[in-house]
Amino acid sequence: MISIPSDDQRIVITGIGLTAPNGNNYGEFRESLLAGRSGVTPYEIRYVGKTLAGICDFDELSYQKRKDLRRGTRAGSVGIYAANEAVVDSGIDWENTDRSRVGVYIGVTEHGNVETENEVFELKGFDYDTQFWSHHHNPRTVANNPAGEISLNMGITGPHYSIGAACAAGNAGLIQGAQMLRLGDCDLALAGGVSESVRTFGIFASFKSQGALAEHEDATRASRPFDVDRNGIVVAEGGCIFVLERFSDAKARGAEIYGELAGYAMNSDASDFVLPNPDRQAECVRLAIARAGLTADQIDIVSTHATGTSSGDVQECAALRQVFSESERTCFNNAKSFIGHAMGAAGALELTGNLPAFKDGVCHATINVDKLDPDCALNNLVYGDAREVGNVRYILNNSFGMLGINSAVIIRKL
Amino acid sequence: MTAEKIREVIIDILSDIAPDEELGDLKDEVPFRDQLELDSMDFLDIVMELRKRYRVQVPEEDYGELTSMQSTVTYLEPKMQECQ
Repeated sequence: MISIPSDDQRIVITGIGLTAPNGNNYGEFRESLLAGRSGVTPYEIRYVGKTLAGICDFDELSYQKRKDLRRGTRAGSVGIYAANEAVVDSGIDWENTDRSRVGVYIGVTEHGNVETENEVFELKGFDYDTQFWSHHHNPRTVANNPAGEISLNMGITGPHYSIGAACAAGNAGLIQGAQMLRLGDCDLALAGGVSESVRTFGIFASFKSQGALAEHEDATRASRPFDVDRNGIVVAEGGCIFVLERFSDAKARGAEIYGELAGYAMNSDASDFVLPNPDRQAECVRLAIARAGLTADQIDIVSTHATGTSSGDVQECAALRQVFSESERTCFNNAKSFIGHAMGAAGALELTGNLPAFKDGVCHATINVDKLDPDCALNNLVYGDAREVGNVRYILNNSFGMLGINSAVIIRKL
Repeated sequence: MTAEKIREVIIDILSDIAPDEELGDLKDEVPFRDQLELDSMDFLDIVMELRKRYRVQVPEEDYGELTSMQSTVTYLEPKMQECQ
Protein backbone atom coordinates (compact mmCIF):
# COMPACT_ATOMS: atom_id res chain seq x y z
CA MET A 1 0.00 0.00 0.00
CA ILE A 2 1.44 3.33 -1.04
CA SER A 3 0.65 6.22 1.27
CA ILE A 4 -0.48 9.42 -0.41
CA PRO A 5 1.87 12.30 0.43
CA SER A 6 0.56 15.55 1.83
CA ASP A 7 0.16 18.41 -0.64
CA ASP A 8 3.33 20.11 0.57
CA GLN A 9 5.32 16.99 -0.36
CA ARG A 10 3.79 16.70 -3.82
CA ILE A 11 5.85 18.45 -6.49
CA VAL A 12 4.32 19.87 -9.65
CA ILE A 13 5.58 21.53 -12.81
CA THR A 14 4.04 24.97 -13.23
CA GLY A 15 6.28 26.57 -15.84
CA ILE A 16 8.50 25.47 -18.72
CA GLY A 17 11.14 27.37 -20.67
CA LEU A 18 13.18 25.74 -23.38
CA THR A 19 15.29 26.03 -26.45
CA ALA A 20 15.75 23.05 -28.72
CA PRO A 21 17.21 22.77 -32.22
CA ASN A 22 13.65 22.66 -33.58
CA GLY A 23 11.81 25.08 -31.31
CA ASN A 24 12.31 27.88 -28.82
CA ASN A 25 9.27 27.31 -26.63
CA TYR A 26 6.89 24.55 -25.54
CA GLY A 27 4.45 25.08 -28.39
CA GLU A 28 7.03 25.30 -31.17
CA PHE A 29 8.88 22.26 -29.90
CA ARG A 30 5.73 20.14 -29.73
CA GLU A 31 4.62 21.34 -33.16
CA SER A 32 7.96 20.25 -34.64
CA LEU A 33 7.75 16.86 -32.93
CA LEU A 34 4.26 16.26 -34.30
CA ALA A 35 5.22 17.51 -37.76
CA GLY A 36 8.33 15.31 -37.94
CA ARG A 37 10.57 18.39 -38.21
CA SER A 38 14.24 17.76 -37.46
CA GLY A 39 16.57 20.37 -36.01
CA VAL A 40 19.79 18.76 -37.17
CA THR A 41 21.92 20.70 -39.65
CA PRO A 42 25.37 20.58 -41.26
CA TYR A 43 27.95 21.99 -38.86
CA GLU A 44 31.64 22.70 -38.80
CA ILE A 45 33.96 22.92 -35.84
CA ARG A 46 37.70 23.43 -35.52
CA TYR A 47 39.97 20.42 -36.03
CA VAL A 48 37.04 18.04 -36.65
CA GLY A 49 35.82 19.89 -39.74
CA LYS A 50 32.47 19.19 -41.33
CA THR A 51 30.01 17.26 -39.23
CA LEU A 52 26.37 17.53 -38.10
CA ALA A 53 24.74 19.03 -35.03
CA GLY A 54 21.52 20.26 -33.51
CA ILE A 55 21.85 24.03 -33.15
CA CYS A 56 19.47 26.39 -31.31
CA ASP A 57 18.51 29.79 -32.69
CA PHE A 58 16.89 31.50 -29.69
CA ASP A 59 17.61 35.22 -29.30
CA GLU A 60 20.37 35.50 -26.70
CA LEU A 61 19.61 39.18 -26.28
CA SER A 62 16.09 38.45 -25.02
CA TYR A 63 17.32 38.46 -21.45
CA GLN A 64 20.99 39.47 -21.65
CA LYS A 65 23.09 42.41 -22.76
CA ARG A 66 25.93 42.06 -25.24
CA LYS A 67 28.40 42.50 -22.40
CA ASP A 68 26.84 39.56 -20.55
CA LEU A 69 27.30 37.39 -23.63
CA ARG A 70 30.94 38.40 -23.93
CA ARG A 71 31.65 37.55 -20.34
CA GLY A 72 29.56 34.44 -19.83
CA THR A 73 29.20 31.05 -21.45
CA ARG A 74 26.82 29.62 -24.02
CA ALA A 75 25.52 27.23 -21.36
CA GLY A 76 24.84 30.26 -19.17
CA SER A 77 22.93 31.97 -21.98
CA VAL A 78 20.91 28.85 -22.74
CA GLY A 79 20.06 28.57 -19.05
CA ILE A 80 19.20 32.24 -18.67
CA TYR A 81 16.87 32.11 -21.65
CA ALA A 82 15.14 28.92 -20.48
CA ALA A 83 14.87 30.03 -16.84
CA ASN A 84 13.37 33.43 -17.70
CA GLU A 85 10.95 31.84 -20.15
CA ALA A 86 9.93 29.30 -17.50
CA VAL A 87 9.20 31.99 -14.95
CA VAL A 88 7.14 33.99 -17.44
CA ASP A 89 5.29 30.83 -18.42
CA SER A 90 4.52 29.98 -14.79
CA GLY A 91 2.54 33.20 -14.37
CA ILE A 92 4.13 33.71 -10.97
CA ASP A 93 4.41 37.28 -9.64
CA TRP A 94 8.18 37.32 -10.04
CA GLU A 95 8.67 40.93 -8.92
CA ASN A 96 7.19 40.06 -5.55
CA THR A 97 8.76 36.62 -5.24
CA ASP A 98 11.25 36.20 -2.38
CA ARG A 99 14.35 35.36 -4.44
CA SER A 100 16.16 34.08 -1.36
CA ARG A 101 13.68 31.18 -1.40
CA VAL A 102 14.30 30.27 -5.04
CA GLY A 103 16.73 27.45 -5.83
CA VAL A 104 18.47 26.85 -9.16
CA TYR A 105 19.42 23.24 -9.98
CA ILE A 106 20.86 22.74 -13.43
CA GLY A 107 21.95 19.43 -14.88
CA VAL A 108 25.04 19.35 -17.09
CA THR A 109 26.74 16.53 -18.93
CA GLU A 110 30.02 18.42 -18.85
CA HIS A 111 31.01 22.02 -18.43
CA GLY A 112 34.19 23.92 -19.14
CA ASN A 113 35.46 22.06 -22.18
CA VAL A 114 34.29 24.77 -24.58
CA GLU A 115 35.94 27.56 -22.64
CA THR A 116 39.18 25.66 -22.05
CA GLU A 117 39.50 24.68 -25.70
CA ASN A 118 38.90 28.28 -26.76
CA GLU A 119 41.48 29.57 -24.33
CA VAL A 120 44.13 27.07 -25.40
CA PHE A 121 43.40 27.94 -29.03
CA GLU A 122 43.90 31.65 -28.24
CA LEU A 123 47.04 30.90 -26.26
CA LYS A 124 48.54 29.12 -29.26
CA GLY A 125 48.75 32.58 -30.90
CA PHE A 126 50.95 33.68 -27.99
CA ASP A 127 53.26 30.69 -28.13
CA TYR A 128 51.54 29.18 -25.09
CA ASP A 129 52.74 31.98 -22.80
CA THR A 130 50.27 31.73 -19.91
CA GLN A 131 50.45 35.44 -19.07
CA PHE A 132 47.92 35.75 -21.93
CA TRP A 133 45.52 33.24 -20.36
CA SER A 134 42.21 34.95 -19.58
CA HIS A 135 41.13 35.88 -16.08
CA HIS A 136 37.61 34.94 -17.27
CA HIS A 137 38.59 31.29 -17.55
CA ASN A 138 37.86 30.29 -13.96
CA PRO A 139 34.42 31.89 -13.58
CA ARG A 140 33.46 30.51 -16.97
CA THR A 141 34.55 26.97 -16.19
CA VAL A 142 33.57 26.38 -12.58
CA ALA A 143 31.02 23.59 -12.56
CA ASN A 144 28.28 25.82 -11.16
CA ASN A 145 28.65 28.32 -14.02
CA PRO A 146 25.33 27.75 -15.83
CA ALA A 147 23.31 27.81 -12.61
CA GLY A 148 25.33 30.74 -11.29
CA GLU A 149 24.76 32.81 -14.41
CA ILE A 150 21.02 32.26 -13.97
CA SER A 151 21.20 33.43 -10.36
CA LEU A 152 23.14 36.55 -11.38
CA ASN A 153 20.79 37.37 -14.25
CA MET A 154 17.59 36.90 -12.24
CA GLY A 155 18.74 38.23 -8.89
CA ILE A 156 18.18 34.86 -7.21
CA THR A 157 19.89 34.68 -3.83
CA GLY A 158 18.79 31.18 -2.85
CA PRO A 159 20.99 28.15 -3.52
CA HIS A 160 22.33 27.46 -6.98
CA TYR A 161 24.49 24.69 -8.34
CA SER A 162 24.92 22.38 -11.27
CA ILE A 163 24.39 18.66 -11.17
CA GLY A 164 27.00 16.76 -13.15
CA ALA A 165 25.24 13.62 -14.29
CA ALA A 166 26.42 12.88 -17.83
CA CYS A 167 23.43 12.44 -20.12
CA ALA A 168 21.09 11.71 -17.22
CA ALA A 169 21.55 15.31 -16.11
CA GLY A 170 18.21 16.71 -17.31
CA ASN A 171 16.33 14.21 -15.17
CA ALA A 172 18.82 14.65 -12.32
CA GLY A 173 18.25 18.42 -12.25
CA LEU A 174 14.50 17.91 -12.04
CA ILE A 175 14.90 15.34 -9.27
CA GLN A 176 17.24 17.59 -7.31
CA GLY A 177 14.78 20.48 -7.50
CA ALA A 178 11.96 18.29 -6.24
CA GLN A 179 14.07 16.99 -3.37
CA MET A 180 15.06 20.48 -2.27
CA LEU A 181 11.41 21.60 -2.29
CA ARG A 182 10.47 18.60 -0.17
CA LEU A 183 13.27 19.38 2.26
CA GLY A 184 12.08 22.97 2.55
CA ASP A 185 15.38 24.26 1.22
CA CYS A 186 13.50 26.52 -1.20
CA ASP A 187 9.92 27.44 -2.07
CA LEU A 188 10.36 27.51 -5.82
CA ALA A 189 12.87 25.58 -7.89
CA LEU A 190 14.22 26.32 -11.34
CA ALA A 191 15.38 22.88 -12.36
CA GLY A 192 16.33 21.06 -15.52
CA GLY A 193 19.35 20.84 -17.79
CA VAL A 194 21.43 22.73 -20.33
CA SER A 195 24.13 21.96 -22.85
CA GLU A 196 26.67 23.94 -24.86
CA SER A 197 28.52 20.81 -25.96
CA VAL A 198 28.27 21.51 -29.70
CA ARG A 199 30.97 24.15 -29.16
CA THR A 200 33.61 21.71 -27.96
CA PHE A 201 35.47 19.88 -30.71
CA GLY A 202 36.50 17.32 -28.13
CA ILE A 203 33.06 15.79 -27.79
CA PHE A 204 32.79 15.28 -31.56
CA ALA A 205 36.34 13.95 -31.84
CA SER A 206 35.86 11.60 -28.90
CA PHE A 207 32.62 10.15 -30.26
CA LYS A 208 34.31 9.77 -33.63
CA SER A 209 37.24 7.92 -32.07
CA GLN A 210 34.71 5.73 -30.32
CA GLY A 211 33.01 5.00 -33.66
CA ALA A 212 29.88 6.64 -32.32
CA LEU A 213 29.55 9.92 -34.25
CA ALA A 214 26.63 9.89 -36.68
CA GLU A 215 27.17 10.56 -40.36
CA HIS A 216 24.58 10.94 -43.12
CA GLU A 217 24.42 12.86 -46.38
CA ASP A 218 21.08 14.31 -45.26
CA ALA A 219 21.60 16.00 -41.88
CA THR A 220 17.94 15.66 -40.91
CA ARG A 221 18.18 11.89 -41.25
CA ALA A 222 21.40 11.35 -39.33
CA SER A 223 19.90 10.81 -35.88
CA ARG A 224 18.17 7.46 -36.23
CA PRO A 225 17.73 5.52 -33.00
CA PHE A 226 16.35 1.98 -33.52
CA ASP A 227 17.05 2.00 -37.27
CA VAL A 228 19.20 -0.84 -38.50
CA ASP A 229 21.48 1.63 -40.30
CA ARG A 230 22.05 3.96 -37.35
CA ASN A 231 25.69 4.90 -37.01
CA GLY A 232 26.01 7.06 -33.93
CA ILE A 233 25.15 10.20 -32.03
CA VAL A 234 24.32 13.65 -33.37
CA VAL A 235 25.55 16.16 -30.80
CA ALA A 236 23.06 18.94 -30.01
CA GLU A 237 22.76 21.94 -27.77
CA GLY A 238 19.70 23.04 -25.86
CA GLY A 239 18.15 23.73 -22.53
CA CYS A 240 14.95 23.05 -20.67
CA ILE A 241 14.13 24.42 -17.24
CA PHE A 242 11.04 23.75 -15.17
CA VAL A 243 9.43 25.88 -12.52
CA LEU A 244 8.73 23.40 -9.76
CA GLU A 245 6.49 24.12 -6.79
CA ARG A 246 4.85 22.23 -3.99
CA PHE A 247 1.31 21.29 -4.99
CA SER A 248 -0.02 23.22 -1.98
CA ASP A 249 1.66 26.45 -3.19
CA ALA A 250 0.66 25.96 -6.82
CA LYS A 251 -2.95 25.30 -5.82
CA ALA A 252 -3.04 28.34 -3.55
CA ARG A 253 -2.04 30.68 -6.36
CA GLY A 254 -4.23 28.98 -8.95
CA ALA A 255 -1.30 27.98 -11.13
CA GLU A 256 -1.70 26.03 -14.33
CA ILE A 257 -0.08 22.65 -13.72
CA TYR A 258 1.63 20.65 -16.46
CA GLY A 259 1.91 17.53 -14.34
CA GLU A 260 3.02 16.07 -11.04
CA LEU A 261 6.26 14.25 -10.32
CA ALA A 262 4.81 10.86 -9.48
CA GLY A 263 8.05 8.96 -9.05
CA TYR A 264 11.70 8.88 -9.90
CA ALA A 265 14.81 6.78 -9.46
CA MET A 266 18.52 6.94 -10.10
CA ASN A 267 21.06 4.14 -9.85
CA SER A 268 24.42 3.02 -11.21
CA ASP A 269 25.55 0.19 -13.49
CA ALA A 270 28.92 -0.22 -11.79
CA SER A 271 29.95 -2.32 -14.77
CA ASP A 272 31.53 -0.29 -17.61
CA PHE A 273 32.67 3.22 -18.51
CA VAL A 274 30.47 3.47 -21.60
CA LEU A 275 28.52 0.27 -22.28
CA PRO A 276 25.10 0.44 -20.62
CA ASN A 277 23.85 -2.38 -18.44
CA PRO A 278 20.24 -3.35 -19.22
CA ASP A 279 19.74 -5.10 -15.89
CA ARG A 280 20.60 -1.97 -13.92
CA GLN A 281 18.55 0.20 -16.29
CA ALA A 282 15.57 -2.09 -15.77
CA GLU A 283 16.05 -1.89 -12.01
CA CYS A 284 16.05 1.89 -12.21
CA VAL A 285 12.82 2.00 -14.23
CA ARG A 286 11.14 -0.53 -11.93
CA LEU A 287 12.15 1.46 -8.88
CA ALA A 288 10.65 4.65 -10.30
CA ILE A 289 7.42 2.83 -11.10
CA ALA A 290 7.27 1.28 -7.63
CA ARG A 291 7.91 4.61 -5.94
CA ALA A 292 5.04 6.08 -7.94
CA GLY A 293 2.81 3.32 -6.59
CA LEU A 294 2.19 2.04 -10.11
CA THR A 295 2.62 -1.06 -12.19
CA ALA A 296 4.32 -1.04 -15.58
CA ASP A 297 1.07 -1.43 -17.47
CA GLN A 298 -0.13 1.92 -16.10
CA ILE A 299 2.62 3.82 -17.93
CA ASP A 300 1.16 5.27 -21.13
CA ILE A 301 4.28 6.67 -22.80
CA VAL A 302 7.95 5.87 -22.31
CA SER A 303 10.25 8.53 -23.70
CA THR A 304 13.35 6.50 -24.46
CA HIS A 305 16.92 7.63 -24.05
CA ALA A 306 18.26 5.83 -27.14
CA THR A 307 20.98 7.87 -28.83
CA GLY A 308 21.46 6.02 -32.10
CA THR A 309 24.53 4.01 -31.17
CA SER A 310 24.72 0.39 -32.24
CA SER A 311 24.92 -1.11 -28.74
CA GLY A 312 23.25 1.50 -26.53
CA ASP A 313 19.86 1.31 -28.26
CA VAL A 314 19.82 -2.47 -28.05
CA GLN A 315 20.69 -2.41 -24.36
CA GLU A 316 17.89 0.02 -23.52
CA CYS A 317 15.38 -2.02 -25.49
CA ALA A 318 16.45 -5.11 -23.58
CA ALA A 319 15.87 -3.24 -20.33
CA LEU A 320 12.47 -2.01 -21.46
CA ARG A 321 11.40 -5.50 -22.51
CA GLN A 322 12.25 -6.72 -19.02
CA VAL A 323 9.95 -4.14 -17.47
CA PHE A 324 7.14 -3.73 -19.99
CA SER A 325 6.79 -7.17 -21.57
CA GLU A 326 3.37 -7.62 -19.97
CA SER A 327 2.13 -4.14 -20.79
CA GLU A 328 0.02 -3.80 -23.91
CA ARG A 329 -0.81 -0.14 -23.47
CA THR A 330 2.67 1.36 -23.06
CA CYS A 331 3.95 3.25 -26.12
CA PHE A 332 7.61 4.11 -26.72
CA ASN A 333 9.07 7.04 -28.63
CA ASN A 334 12.31 8.97 -29.01
CA ALA A 335 12.97 12.70 -29.36
CA LYS A 336 16.67 12.41 -30.20
CA SER A 337 15.66 11.29 -33.66
CA PHE A 338 14.48 14.92 -34.19
CA ILE A 339 17.05 17.03 -32.38
CA GLY A 340 20.06 14.82 -31.76
CA HIS A 341 21.50 14.32 -28.31
CA ALA A 342 21.18 17.52 -26.30
CA MET A 343 23.37 16.06 -23.56
CA GLY A 344 22.64 17.77 -20.23
CA ALA A 345 19.38 19.11 -21.59
CA ALA A 346 18.28 15.86 -23.20
CA GLY A 347 16.29 14.40 -20.32
CA ALA A 348 14.37 17.58 -19.58
CA LEU A 349 13.70 18.35 -23.25
CA GLU A 350 12.59 14.83 -24.11
CA LEU A 351 10.23 14.67 -21.16
CA THR A 352 8.79 18.06 -22.07
CA GLY A 353 8.21 17.04 -25.67
CA ASN A 354 5.77 14.44 -24.36
CA LEU A 355 3.92 16.48 -21.72
CA PRO A 356 1.38 17.89 -24.20
CA ALA A 357 0.13 14.31 -24.59
CA PHE A 358 -1.76 14.82 -21.31
CA LYS A 359 -3.98 17.20 -23.26
CA ASP A 360 -3.92 16.01 -26.85
CA GLY A 361 -3.59 12.26 -26.27
CA VAL A 362 -0.92 11.95 -28.97
CA CYS A 363 2.35 10.08 -28.69
CA HIS A 364 4.86 11.81 -30.95
CA ALA A 365 6.81 9.59 -33.28
CA THR A 366 10.38 8.43 -33.58
CA ILE A 367 11.57 9.62 -36.98
CA ASN A 368 14.22 8.20 -39.32
CA VAL A 369 13.37 4.57 -38.65
CA ASP A 370 13.35 3.32 -42.23
CA LYS A 371 14.13 -0.25 -41.30
CA LEU A 372 13.59 -1.21 -37.70
CA ASP A 373 16.48 -3.09 -36.13
CA PRO A 374 14.96 -6.41 -34.96
CA ASP A 375 17.04 -6.10 -31.79
CA CYS A 376 15.25 -2.82 -31.07
CA ALA A 377 11.75 -4.05 -31.76
CA LEU A 378 9.41 -3.08 -28.93
CA ASN A 379 5.69 -3.58 -28.82
CA ASN A 380 4.09 -0.21 -29.52
CA LEU A 381 7.26 1.55 -30.61
CA VAL A 382 5.81 4.64 -32.26
CA TYR A 383 7.82 5.46 -35.35
CA GLY A 384 7.15 7.13 -38.66
CA ASP A 385 3.98 8.99 -37.69
CA ALA A 386 2.63 10.24 -34.38
CA ARG A 387 -0.07 8.08 -32.88
CA GLU A 388 -3.31 8.95 -31.10
CA VAL A 389 -3.26 6.92 -27.93
CA GLY A 390 -6.24 8.35 -26.05
CA ASN A 391 -6.14 9.34 -22.41
CA VAL A 392 -2.53 9.69 -21.26
CA ARG A 393 -2.10 9.66 -17.48
CA TYR A 394 1.54 8.69 -16.92
CA ILE A 395 4.70 9.50 -18.88
CA LEU A 396 8.03 7.92 -17.99
CA ASN A 397 11.26 9.52 -19.18
CA ASN A 398 14.50 7.57 -19.36
CA SER A 399 17.91 9.26 -19.32
CA PHE A 400 21.15 7.35 -19.01
CA GLY A 401 24.78 8.35 -19.23
CA MET A 402 28.42 7.37 -19.26
CA LEU A 403 30.00 5.76 -16.23
CA GLY A 404 26.73 3.89 -15.85
CA ILE A 405 24.40 6.57 -14.50
CA ASN A 406 20.71 5.78 -14.91
CA SER A 407 17.60 7.84 -14.24
CA ALA A 408 13.87 7.51 -14.76
CA VAL A 409 11.23 10.12 -14.02
CA ILE A 410 7.45 9.62 -14.06
CA ILE A 411 5.02 12.51 -14.49
CA ARG A 412 1.33 12.17 -13.67
CA LYS A 413 -1.48 14.09 -15.30
CA LEU A 414 -3.48 16.16 -12.83
CA MET B 1 52.30 56.40 -30.12
CA THR B 2 50.75 59.82 -29.47
CA ALA B 3 48.38 60.58 -26.61
CA GLU B 4 45.58 60.97 -29.14
CA LYS B 5 46.31 57.56 -30.62
CA ILE B 6 46.49 55.97 -27.16
CA ARG B 7 43.05 57.40 -26.42
CA GLU B 8 41.75 55.79 -29.60
CA VAL B 9 43.24 52.45 -28.53
CA ILE B 10 41.53 52.66 -25.13
CA ILE B 11 38.21 53.57 -26.75
CA ASP B 12 38.60 50.57 -29.04
CA ILE B 13 39.30 48.27 -26.11
CA LEU B 14 36.37 49.70 -24.15
CA SER B 15 34.04 49.16 -27.10
CA ASP B 16 34.91 45.46 -26.94
CA ILE B 17 34.65 45.22 -23.16
CA ALA B 18 31.49 47.29 -22.79
CA PRO B 19 29.62 46.87 -26.08
CA ASP B 20 26.35 48.21 -24.70
CA GLU B 21 27.85 51.56 -23.65
CA GLU B 22 27.79 54.85 -25.56
CA LEU B 23 31.43 55.90 -25.61
CA GLY B 24 31.07 59.04 -27.72
CA ASP B 25 30.20 61.14 -24.69
CA LEU B 26 33.01 59.85 -22.47
CA LYS B 27 34.55 62.63 -20.37
CA ASP B 28 38.30 62.15 -20.08
CA GLU B 29 38.72 63.68 -16.65
CA VAL B 30 35.83 61.76 -15.03
CA PRO B 31 36.51 58.24 -13.63
CA PHE B 32 35.40 55.44 -15.96
CA ARG B 33 33.32 53.88 -13.21
CA ASP B 34 31.26 57.08 -12.82
CA GLN B 35 30.30 56.92 -16.48
CA LEU B 36 30.34 53.26 -17.44
CA GLU B 37 29.25 49.96 -15.92
CA LEU B 38 32.73 48.56 -15.35
CA ASP B 39 33.87 46.17 -12.63
CA SER B 40 37.21 44.74 -11.60
CA MET B 41 37.09 42.04 -14.29
CA ASP B 42 36.62 44.73 -16.92
CA PHE B 43 39.69 46.59 -15.71
CA LEU B 44 41.63 43.34 -15.94
CA ASP B 45 40.36 43.12 -19.52
CA ILE B 46 41.92 46.51 -20.26
CA VAL B 47 45.21 45.31 -18.79
CA MET B 48 45.03 42.05 -20.75
CA GLU B 49 44.21 43.75 -24.04
CA LEU B 50 47.14 46.15 -23.67
CA ARG B 51 49.36 43.15 -23.00
CA LYS B 52 47.99 41.18 -25.96
CA ARG B 53 47.93 44.00 -28.49
CA TYR B 54 51.04 45.98 -27.55
CA ARG B 55 52.93 43.78 -25.07
CA VAL B 56 52.53 46.61 -22.55
CA GLN B 57 52.68 45.43 -18.94
CA VAL B 58 50.63 47.18 -16.27
CA PRO B 59 51.75 45.87 -12.87
CA GLU B 60 49.09 45.44 -10.21
CA GLU B 61 50.38 48.34 -8.12
CA ASP B 62 49.68 50.64 -11.07
CA TYR B 63 46.05 49.62 -11.65
CA GLY B 64 44.96 52.82 -9.92
CA GLU B 65 46.45 54.76 -12.84
CA LEU B 66 43.66 53.42 -15.08
CA THR B 67 40.92 55.31 -13.23
CA SER B 68 39.97 57.74 -15.97
CA MET B 69 40.83 58.24 -19.61
CA GLN B 70 43.04 61.17 -18.72
CA SER B 71 45.03 59.27 -16.09
CA THR B 72 45.23 56.20 -18.32
CA VAL B 73 46.65 58.10 -21.29
CA THR B 74 49.11 59.97 -19.07
CA TYR B 75 50.26 56.69 -17.53
CA LEU B 76 50.57 54.84 -20.84
CA GLU B 77 52.26 57.56 -22.89
CA PRO B 78 55.84 56.77 -21.81
CA LYS B 79 55.15 53.02 -21.90
CA MET B 80 53.74 53.13 -25.42
CA GLN B 81 56.15 55.56 -26.94
CA GLU B 82 57.65 52.91 -29.17
CA CYS B 83 54.37 51.20 -30.03
CA GLN B 84 52.98 51.48 -33.54
